[in-house]
Amino acid sequence: MATKIIHGKMQRLRVYAWEFPVRLTHWFNAFSILFLSITGYYIGDPFMHAYSSKQWIMGWMRLIHFIVAYVFLMSVIIRMYWAFMGNQFASWRECFPVSTEKRKEFMDALKFYFFIRKEPPYVIGHAALASFTYFLVFVVFIFEIVSGFALYSVSHPPSIVWTLLGGWLLNIMHLPTIRLYHHFVMYVILAFVPLHIYATWYMDPHEKNGLVSSMFSGFKFVPEKEIEEAEQ
Amino acid sequence: MKFVSDDFLQEASESMESLGDKGISRRAFMKFCTGMAALLALPASFAPKIAEAIRGKKPYLVWLEFQDCAGDTEALLRTTAPAVGDIVLDVFAVEYHETIMAASGKQAEKSLMDIVKNNKGNYFVVVEGSIPLKDDGIYCCIGGRTAVDIAREVCGNAIATIAVGTCATYGGIPAALPNPTGAVGVKEAVPNATVINLPGCPVNAENITATVVHYLTFGTLPNTDKLGRPYFAFGKRIHDNCERRAHFDAGQFARQWGDEGHRQGWCLYEMGCKGPETFHNCPTVKYNAGTSWPVQAGHGCIGCSEPHFWDTMSPFYRRLPKVPGVSIESTADKVGAGLAAATAAGLVIHGIGRAISPKKEE
Ligand code: SF4
Repeated sequence: MATKIIHGKMQRLRVYAWEFPVRLTHWFNAFSILFLSITGYYIGDPFMHAYSSKQWIMGWMRLIHFIVAYVFLMSVIIRMYWAFMGNQFASWRECFPVSTEKRKEFMDALKFYFFIRKEPPYVIGHAALASFTYFLVFVVFIFEIVSGFALYSVSHPPSIVWTLLGGWLLNIMHLPTIRLYHHFVMYVILAFVPLHIYATWYMDPHEKNGLVSSMFSGFKFVPEKEIEEAEQ
Repeated sequence: MKFVSDDFLQEASESMESLGDKGISRRAFMKFCTGMAALLALPASFAPKIAEAIRGKKPYLVWLEFQDCAGDTEALLRTTAPAVGDIVLDVFAVEYHETIMAASGKQAEKSLMDIVKNNKGNYFVVVEGSIPLKDDGIYCCIGGRTAVDIAREVCGNAIATIAVGTCATYGGIPAALPNPTGAVGVKEAVPNATVINLPGCPVNAENITATVVHYLTFGTLPNTDKLGRPYFAFGKRIHDNCERRAHFDAGQFARQWGDEGHRQGWCLYEMGCKGPETFHNCPTVKYNAGTSWPVQAGHGCIGCSEPHFWDTMSPFYRRLPKVPGVSIESTADKVGAGLAAATAAGLVIHGIGRAISPKKEE
């Protein structure tokens, strides 16, 4: 699992934290969000205008939006599947800071971000605050998927597939209201993006564990004493 | 090419006798029957069947008006050549219709009650207008009886009730927030009645006729969706049958009333058209005997045939509804952009905080 390397005065272990499906879905999600936001914004507010009837701008935007929507759906499904099949760092249990220890970690991370604590809590996988945030982000993702398919379903003849993927939402919300929230929640996701990038960029030099590169390579570099503490 | 058989022509001319001296030509009658077949998504070969069915029985029909503007009555009466309205009035034996009947007062109410008593389970009711339920329904009374009381008796004993217009189907404009009279549609007011919903503001008279013609021809009401609307009229979205759809896909939009795009007949999406949210057969059947419909006339759809359209589809000239709970003028984009900007600002502040906070010991 781990290779020992020496960094400065501190012994660090090279730990395989993020397995391939975790990294893959992370980047699929990231690019899906990028494409879905651009095309989705255009669908809500067509800022480019065609000068000829031969163009197909809205057509392309919608086509890309729908194709990427499927990619995003698959990516989210794979990630949720991996929450049950993957290693301890990918597990769904990470999402809920219920144990006393996790709750402390959660508070320590909060304190760190608010400059009350100098050291971030050291963990190999997700810190409790981060994983709880990602849980919320996934709830938001699922809302976007369900509301998106609800909107998509109305241009198709009724079928059980559309009903399951999102059509059921039409029973409890009016179509324009779904459209409003589908649009609005995009901004919630877009607000999360800089937060996420900033936090990573901020944490990386503090933890010195290769946080940023770990999402490419899967490996984190964790001080030996942290692991020993964790194992005790 | 021949669309109809000789038998049909024969039958059609026989039917003409029953239509009497109404000035409807045989041609107009044939056209009517084939048109009805097309509207019900039946092959043209059904036209003779329809002609026969219409010629046969004449169902009694009573037309009730509650909290309404008589717009649906107008839609029916103002149907123009080839006198569809006349044919409809001849298809039914209209026994009670507050706006067009000659009788009035006690005499009129008596004729209504006679129908209900003598033809139990053998007449149609058309209801126009919503039914108030608040304070025991006192906000709409006719001849001293509340609307809900009348509806219970008349609709409860009918073959079927055709709720016409958005008010009779889902409460419509009287039910718009804050709904002071507690207005509801017929199905909600009289849950045990057989109700078919034909929303629209006003209803398209052709859809009423087609519903009754379907019943006369097949002996059943047309299939409906979960909102009680027949699929033949409400199975497709306006946006998917709209004549401006090609401009939508191209990316050609009118952006202001009277601008170049509007004059060119481009898509009205940016002007708030609710065609993408509305199910109705307006683009194919059109109004006033196929003359026009809102989008053809250059005005976006306002979604008038959807439940609670007054609250959910407004503002009619904007793409998205207003954000509830936030100030009146806020749109989703303003609130959303504000949220994203606040996050970015928070991060900048945090960055500054980090720069000035004492450095951690290595
Ligand atoms: S005018 Fe309205 S219904 Fe027609 S294509 Fe444009 S948005 Fe759709």
